Amino acid sequence: MTTTAPVTDTVAQVERADRTLQVVLIGGALAALLPLALGPAQESVAIRVLIFALLGTGWNVMSGLGGMFSFGHAAYFGLGAYSAGYLLVEHDVSPWIGMVVGAVLAAAFGVVTGFLALRYKLRGAYFALATLAFAEMLRLFALNLDLTNKAIGLNVPLVRGSSWWKLQFPAGSSNYYWVGLGLTLLALVCVVLFMRSRMGQYALAVRDDEDAAASLGVDVMRVKLTTIALSAAITAVAGTFYLQYYLFVNPDLVFGNSVSIQAILPAVVGGVGTVLGPIVGAMVLGPLADLSAGLLRNPPPGLDFLQGRSGLDIMIYAALLILIILVLPKGLYGSARAWRRNRR
Amino acid sequence: MADLATVAEPAAGTPRRRLVPSVPLLVTVGLVGVAVVVALIRTGSPATVRQAVLTGLLLGGVYGLVALGLTLIFGVLDIVNFAHGALLTVAMYVTYTLSDRFGIDPYVSLLVAVPLLFLLGAALQRGLIDRTLGQPLENQLLLTLGIALLLENALLLSYGGVPKTVNPSYDEPVRVLSAVADLSRILAFLGALAIAGLLYVLLQRTRLGTAIRAVAANPRGAQLVGVDVRFIFMLTFAIGTACAGAAGVLVVPFVTVEPTIGELFNIVAFVVVVLGGLGSVPGAVLGGLVIGLTEQLGGIIFPSQSPLLSVFFVFVLVLFLRPQGIFGRRQ
Repeated sequence: MTTTAPVTDTVAQVERADRTLQVVLIGGALAALLPLALGPAQESVAIRVLIFALLGTGWNVMSGLGGMFSFGHAAYFGLGAYSAGYLLVEHDVSPWIGMVVGAVLAAAFGVVTGFLALRYKLRGAYFALATLAFAEMLRLFALNLDLTNKAIGLNVPLVRGSSWWKLQFPAGSSNYYWVGLGLTLLALVCVVLFMRSRMGQYALAVRDDEDAAASLGVDVMRVKLTTIALSAAITAVAGTFYLQYYLFVNPDLVFGNSVSIQAILPAVVGGVGTVLGPIVGAMVLGPLADLSAGLLRNPPPGLDFLQGRSGLDIMIYAALLILIILVLPKGLYGSARAWRRNRR
Repeated sequence: MADLATVAEPAAGTPRRRLVPSVPLLVTVGLVGVAVVVALIRTGSPATVRQAVLTGLLLGGVYGLVALGLTLIFGVLDIVNFAHGALLTVAMYVTYTLSDRFGIDPYVSLLVAVPLLFLLGAALQRGLIDRTLGQPLENQLLLTLGIALLLENALLLSYGGVPKTVNPSYDEPVRVLSAVADLSRILAFLGALAIAGLLYVLLQRTRLGTAIRAVAANPRGAQLVGVDVRFIFMLTFAIGTACAGAAGVLVVPFVTVEPTIGELFNIVAFVVVVLGGLGSVPGAVLGGLVIGLTEQLGGIIFPSQSPLLSVFFVFVLVLFLRPQGIFGRRQ
């Protein structure tokens, strides 16, 4: 999806990146104060927003900035969740270390599978289907491997009280929120720095015109694999955070197709290829899920048949997705930005 | 592009293209043969392997039918249709509802479900998908994904997640070639082959089929010689969806009906489409059989792994080594 305008002016690009960085840092500082204003229920929504934001940011690097449409980000998410989970459950290793291991593993997996897919020149739909196949293969492996406790999955052993080292806090603790926020901000800063770097500029050039970039001496394969690695690492971090927040993972939860879809949604709703798009998308999607869950618990009069049923949240997501694709293919943030720029 | 794309030459008088490019086909058959031998050695029981081959072929026929619709849509509209499986599920629930509420036999409900799905497909294409024509491939993919999620979760919302079953009383095991299969599986296989045959005749022998193949080969060229391309797009999507509908009805007696069951068929059908070659009717049928066999034989060769794992493994290999599929030509 080529949503951002082709890069013509590098100086303007860097200035814009600086402004994005300012927005990220100021927004982050303000967001850090949120727990003072939010109740516990709203805070859990905010944490879901952060997971969405991390996932979407990860997907956006590979597919929005790198132009390689992925339908298998569940692979990286699951590797992040299972690496940390396995190390913690079996070897009592801190999830912080597990997070790093997961990110490295996911990046390595992304580079190997990405190399194969690019080496054999898979493009567009075929590339997307290959990523889907790799994610599904990992899910099936995890379902049948003793190492991952098969279909049962992993339960994080509970610690007494709160522990920063074990990244575990009592239910309702705002620490989860701050950790998630910190990780999201870190991911965003990484993305902005990447886009400012030579490699990031190459990545955009390759996305916009691969042949032209190659003819100017850009090592296309290396640029693409670096982009995939960064994307995979960010997504894996989201996976570890998910594990520590919900304290439980199984193959369908973290390697399932729905994770790959949840990685795509925030970016598409907010704006593919923009740094802040996935954040905006996550801020829309998270509360929507909560709203629809509330609607199903206490349906308004006339809709009593909804009581206790499920599926409404995804239906709302799906309707939103269809609407965005048809009406605002650049996403909410992407369209707003384009509109503002045109006015100037 | 395979079958669909070979229209370009003027119809009359040109020599008919050889149907089967032989080498890849022979390699495929050879590999299946090897898998059978390996399975024989692994299990040491010819009866087990015979059973697996029969089950695989019968299920493979249905995979072929699902893939048939998908390959048509992929080949003509150039859309990766993630809604295909969900539409199949809709047909399953139509069959279930007719059987549960009105006691209508599942095979009779073909008469309702297939036209219904045809219309639904036409409406979806004209109402939604047509609007993304000419947009990047990803947008169309995401749109069909949105439709799939919407349909699946609408079914979940209205029927709940508990699996349903439809068991016709006459559905009993039948002996075939010293192995056993349920009558419903045999009927599904025969039905799939019959529909594939009809579709083949439609595409190859009728004016409409020629128009569809012309649009697949070159939409602009087809437009220039007076084909209503938008109409063909709608019609092709409707026919493809009707195929999914037929497949959905035919499998109801031997699978459990649940909202997400279509996803599995959708993914397997993608594998079959790529294996068979984009837009190829014989490729879809043959690819379906190969994937059905792969699943069953893989299941007994690697008993500790999921049968689907071998399907994905084959898929990745095909994507890498022969992305144009068995019947496709290198572009």
